[in-house]
Amino acid sequence: MSLKVTHELHQRRLGRNVGLALVLAGFIAVVFGLTVVKVTSGAFEPPRATQGGE
Amino acid sequence: MSDATINTNTDTGEAGFGDYFALLKPRVMTLVVFTALVGLLAAPVPVHPMIGFAAILFIAIGGGASGALNMWWDADIDRIMKRTRGRPIPSGKVERGEALGLGLTLSVMAVVMLALATNILAGAMLAFTIFFYVVIYSMLLKRSTPQNIVIGGAAGAFPPVIGWLAATGYMAVEPWLMFALVFMWTPPHFWALALFMRSDYDDAGVPMLTVTHGRPATRRHILIYTILLAGLALGTAFTAIGGPVYLSVSAILNALFLHGAWKIWRRDEEMAEVDNYAVERRFFRLSLLYLALHFAAILAEAVLKPYGLGGWS
Repeated sequence: MSLKVTHELHQRRLGRNVGLALVLAGFIAVVFGLTVVKVTSGAFEPPRATQGGE
Repeated sequence: MSDATINTNTDTGEAGFGDYFALLKPRVMTLVVFTALVGLLAAPVPVHPMIGFAAILFIAIGGGASGALNMWWDADIDRIMKRTRGRPIPSGKVERGEALGLGLTLSVMAVVMLALATNILAGAMLAFTIFFYVVIYSMLLKRSTPQNIVIGGAAGAFPPVIGWLAATGYMAVEPWLMFALVFMWTPPHFWALALFMRSDYDDAGVPMLTVTHGRPATRRHILIYTILLAGLALGTAFTAIGGPVYLSVSAILNALFLHGAWKIWRRDEEMAEVDNYAVERRFFRLSLLYLALHFAAILAEAVLKPYGLGGWS
């Protein structure tokens, strides 16, 4: 018996794994993109102490 | 053990990627994406494209997650209704528990990510929308009152409000006008569907108006709600999100919609059966166009505004 035979079930499993990988890669890309935008727009900057402030 | 023992059925817990995606109700998701996008772009605050994209994405995922939770809860009646028999759970491709897990995980992820990407208020509104659709509509109302569609319609009406909140971070009247538009549109849309889907809801024991009050009453309700909707839709033309483009589009659509509702009201079951519910089916298709074009007109007004063309000023 050959182990190379690909059952329809294996194809489905592969499709699911590839799909999940793409979703995770897409999620990482979105989080990275958001981080870049937030950092460059100064959203994460700590408030500056005013001169002469306490 | 040989390969011959591998079960070829789809109920092995080995669903394909597309089956999980189908749990998110992709067609409903398109409505969510579009109305949320209009809410976001009609807001008077410019949004960075990346933030806007992320906001719409997480609103869509939140909407999809509530769809998966709805399928988890309604698996028993989905199995009975012709329209829903092919869904992933009743067809045996995905197990109920998987839908619950996927729905809960995506809900939490979407709410947290939307709050981080935009603001807490938008995230909270998305959380409330999911809660409303799953708990208030699916669990409490759908099987207990013929007003299920009327109150449940609110769940589908929240996305433009979330889109607006994502852009501005504060509440205003305008997004609630968009909310009202979807809210008032939902009952005639679904009642027309219930009229020509015939026995589906009866078989499943869902107390749709067609089942509890009969079909003539449903026809009357469609007309009444369409008249109220027309007043609301046309009145919106004279608010901050309306304008001449919106008014023109809305006038034509409401004339057609009122005409359709009038024809539905004039018919009885015998007449409808002769032409296989042609008028009701046409009204249902028109309702999809009706909502899409109203929101497209709101979007057009918002896009034209920077050029001094949108709105009444």
